[in-house]
Amino acid sequence: MTAAEVPADAATGKAAAAISRKPRRGASNDGTTRVSRTVRYVLLLLFLLFVLIPVYVVVIGSFKTASDTTAAAQWNLPETWTIEPWRKAWDVLQPYMVRSLLLAVPAAIISSLIGSANGFVLARWRFPGANIVFAFILFGMFIPYQAVMLPLRTTFQELDVTRGVPTLIIAHVIYGIPICTLIFRNYYATVVPHEVIEAARVDGAGLIQTYLRIILPISISGFVVTLIWQFTSVWNDFLFALFLTQQNNGPVTLGLAALAGGQKVDYAASMAGALITSLPTLLVYIVLGRWFIGGLMAGALKG
Amino acid sequence: MHGRIRTWGPGALVLLPTVLLLGYFVYGLIAWTFNTSLTDRHTARKGPAEYVGLENYVNLFGEERFLNSLKNLGVLTVSFIVGTLVFGVLWALLLEKGVTGEGVFRSIFLFPMAISMIASGVVWGWLLNPSQGEEARGLNRLFSIVGLNFLENPWWTAGSRWTTMAAIALPAVWQLSGYIMALFLAGFRGIPPELREAARVDGASEFKLYRHVLFPQLSPIALSALIILGHMSLKLFDLIYAITGPNQFRTEVPSIYMWNTLLRSDMAKAAAIAIVLLAVVAVLVIPYVAYTVRQESEK
Repeated sequence: MTAAEVPADAATGKAAAAISRKPRRGASNDGTTRVSRTVRYVLLLLFLLFVLIPVYVVVIGSFKTASDTTAAAQWNLPETWTIEPWRKAWDVLQPYMVRSLLLAVPAAIISSLIGSANGFVLARWRFPGANIVFAFILFGMFIPYQAVMLPLRTTFQELDVTRGVPTLIIAHVIYGIPICTLIFRNYYATVVPHEVIEAARVDGAGLIQTYLRIILPISISGFVVTLIWQFTSVWNDFLFALFLTQQNNGPVTLGLAALAGGQKVDYAASMAGALITSLPTLLVYIVLGRWFIGGLMAGALKG
Repeated sequence: MHGRIRTWGPGALVLLPTVLLLGYFVYGLIAWTFNTSLTDRHTARKGPAEYVGLENYVNLFGEERFLNSLKNLGVLTVSFIVGTLVFGVLWALLLEKGVTGEGVFRSIFLFPMAISMIASGVVWGWLLNPSQGEEARGLNRLFSIVGLNFLENPWWTAGSRWTTMAAIALPAVWQLSGYIMALFLAGFRGIPPELREAARVDGASEFKLYRHVLFPQLSPIALSALIILGHMSLKLFDLIYAITGPNQFRTEVPSIYMWNTLLRSDMAKAAAIAIVLLAVVAVLVIPYVAYTVRQESEK
């Protein structure tokens, strides 16, 4: 499975489906014994604990009063449950949350649309030099943003783009194009039957017509993957936010860093803040989890 | 000629904006950064700058602080990749044969991936609190509650480079292991069952089955995982920023050092650091991109 093949599976949901395909249980010849099965469950539960420990800390921490967060009581349930930390964190983060939403939704949609058109061309219109263009785009997925950050800031200053949300939308769309293009390229190369496209061509439809009339309507699962992936990575981005915006017009990662990184840190409010800023991506993940697995397989190529 | 334009024209038209955008914003800006790194622009002030050749690079590699950040990065990358692969592959192996509630395990192992490194860094910053004994907080306190006091340690705040950077890698391992699990789980499930049956009929033990039959099938996945984790680790910034703050020599890596250099408005030096970082990533990624493109064109 190469980088390019992973997304194909993912986009069809085949990856998710493959993961879901459990072997028949109780099959006589599966090579397991009662002992090894018990060991398996014990290990799994221990790992579950490892993954969930931070969740426990952050959830109980977010409902504590200031007097309740002493060293000795840190792992105890709150003496008195309070939503004060949530209120406090929300008051600080609310404008940041709005900005992040105004940023992540359009950025995800625009880069997905561009990726879809590109992916279709790359998958179906074999043109001279296609490999070079493919490598050109693929490498763009891996570059460290540090290598473009300085002149990027200068470019935006010269273009006179308003700092804040518009700047970040442009940056995320541009640097999101490679991953979206590759996901769609593989989706169209493997999922959409070649005959459909050929038939349209024979009927005299051009590339653009074929794309708009035939391809776009059957691209939904591809879009689900890129939208989830782009929304999550734009929402979670910190580096662009730090370089390209300021505290008073930045997205929620900046807000949280300020809330939890000041001189006098409010433990409970930090915990509530960490939860609040994670809720949108967690929600996306819970609601669309089946595709998320596929999306991750495709998308985590981009760091 | 006219026919060729009809054939390739519309496709080229669709791709043109992307090629132009990436040409400028990826390759053009990289060239710009490289150009800056060759100058003596050590202030924010605009105006002409002198070219000084590779002086900034020579200085960097003669500088204790930069070498420290490179060593930190190396140790971080090794700890992160080893940790994530061990956990991820182990989880995939445990789930692979089908266990009750597999969906629940899978979802829980995977969810940290949805969370920003800033948010997880905020929580892990508290978990990795260095206080011990009476004042112990975070994981150290948990260790003493369950009677594992000997595990208490100062995490990233004291000790060797290895313990420091391994402590920084721990939250990253926590976040990404589930992803590696998903990759390998999909890989295991993609292997035709007949292959296992055949090996068992031939009398292969479970260990031999995995060692000689199943794992070799998954080497392309392992390669992808290695590239993904490697390049993520090289660029890691937000997690360190959130856990230790950007001003810790002990945990400084080139991406953080670059940020600190920028805060002092030393553009040329920041650019040089960025280019070194890019070069390290490129050494990892270019062979992979070449390999992928070749495979694609063979189809």
